[in-house]
Amino acid sequence: MSLPMASNSGTGWMYTDLVKDHFFRPRNLLQSLPEDNDFDGYGEVGSPACGDVMRVWIKISDDGKKITDCKWQTFGCASAIAATSMMSTIVLENGGMPIDEAMEITPQMITKRLGGLPNRKIHCSVLGDQALKKAIEDYKSRK
Amino acid sequence: MDCCFMQALLFLWNRYNRVPKMKTMINIHQEIDALLQGTEKRFAYMDHAATTYTDSRVVEAMMPYFEKKFGNPGGFYDLGKVAKDAVEGAREVVAGVLNCSADEVIFTSGGTESDNLAIFGVARRYADRGKHIITSVIEHHAVEAPCKQLQKEGFDVTFLSVDEHGRVNPDDVKAALRDDTILVSVMMANNEIGTLQPIAEIGEILKDHKAFFHTDACQAAGALSLDVDKLGVDLMTINGSKIYGPKGVGALYRRKGLRLKPMMYGGFQERGIRPGTENVPGIIGFAKALEIADSGRGAEAERLTELRDYMIDEIQKAIPKTKLNGHATDRLPNNVNITFMDIEGESLLLFLNELGIYAATGSACSSESLDPSHVIVATGVPYECAHGSIRFSLGRKTTREDVDYVLDVLPKIVEILRKISPLNMDPNTLESNLQS
Repeated sequence: MSLPMASNSGTGWMYTDLVKDHFFRPRNLLQSLPEDNDFDGYGEVGSPACGDVMRVWIKISDDGKKITDCKWQTFGCASAIAATSMMSTIVLENGGMPIDEAMEITPQMITKRLGGLPNRKIHCSVLGDQALKKAIEDYKSRK
Repeated sequence: MDCCFMQALLFLWNRYNRVPKMKTMINIHQEIDALLQGTEKRFAYMDHAATTYTDSRVVEAMMPYFEKKFGNPGGFYDLGKVAKDAVEGAREVVAGVLNCSADEVIFTSGGTESDNLAIFGVARRYADRGKHIITSVIEHHAVEAPCKQLQKEGFDVTFLSVDEHGRVNPDDVKAALRDDTILVSVMMANNEIGTLQPIAEIGEILKDHKAFFHTDACQAAGALSLDVDKLGVDLMTINGSKIYGPKGVGALYRRKGLRLKPMMYGGFQERGIRPGTENVPGIIGFAKALEIADSGRGAEAERLTELRDYMIDEIQKAIPKTKLNGHATDRLPNNVNITFMDIEGESLLLFLNELGIYAATGSACSSESLDPSHVIVATGVPYECAHGSIRFSLGRKTTREDVDYVLDVLPKIVEILRKISPLNMDPNTLESNLQS
């Protein structure tokens, strides 16, 4: 009998090269706190006690359709930082993602793009999509 | 024209005002690259509390027992007697360090087995005398988990809390004692934060009580005296893998007259308390390692204490918003456990790993259970203090240069991770806020 094996074993603590790349070269990191009107939407998720906190800031195109900028900050382990970085990368590629598509981003999509994460990390460290959704909702409520 | 001029002025004014802001936006990639690529890397193993390398003298002592003197100590021929004599010689050595007699030493597969054998062995043998056990909230899982299992089996377990330094109060032990208390188990020194426990004081209290006293001394061996009489303990756990001996071997000291119910059944080895063909090379190596560690105890403890205090002082001088976990002086000579506020330990470990430094964290993110260190949380700090804790445990080969290397890179790593983090903990109240 052959046992089912995932492409990424999911058991060890080891990260893929892509996870390490996003951890050691975080993309789109917010580097200083913005003024109120620098961004169109803001969202945060997680709690310090649980060990993960993400904040996401977004800018929306003038026609209100696309995300044109996405910045973030993350408190958490390497996979939390890498996952938020990858989330911002997905949102900004190809000239920016339409906001209704961005609402559909899932932790699975982010994990897949990272080439997999250890199983026990997925639940707690891939929260960026939730912060993004909150930022989009914040943008909509500001309109 | 005027309008145009005003606009230009406004533009310049805005730009001028943005300058300081732009200055703070140093490219984080450059900063990380400068650290990772610009540092001359050095191997600095600082996780000796997890395990140690095996001392070459230990390896040398073990070697003959693999291929040449491989006999079963139970064999009725010379080859068996050679192995048997070696095991009994090792038992004498261990007994010498513990100041007990050789027949009070039971060889096991290590700390976890010794802890389990002590706790289940007493509980199941003496259940008719009572079903109450006292232990503390900072014990190693190898003590904590058997106690929790016994709770499921109808035993009553008191988990004593600790003070802010992680210390058990002997008066609390006294107050928790009952007529039906059959066992007290308190570790000698904590494996995470290094806090030394008042074992002799607890032993003194228990002199007048029928309860047996067990201590897990895995971390204490090589640092503190293991004299079981002076400590007043009836059971003591020690193992090889923390004292530059082989992994998978340890011992349980069991005071004469105390009867343990075995956990395994089989042959008559170790008086039937721990059956199974003896791990002869392991036992030889373990005894040798214990002998070396104990004979060099004073000088090495002094050297490590100096190095430890230097490291703690320099970290706290160089990095703002840190907190020492454990006790400032009543701590293991090799233990440095510090919380770096606003950041998470696993991400810090990954940077350290990249630079050749090996340490540990109490963060949930590096544990299989996803729970943060129960020890650090037990000292009364918020969970995020456990998430941000790093344990450097120094060892026999750790030099001042190794410590200086860590001191050089650590502030830079913390600064980078703080730039990525949105948290801003108040160092006085330990309350976490978001940066604003």
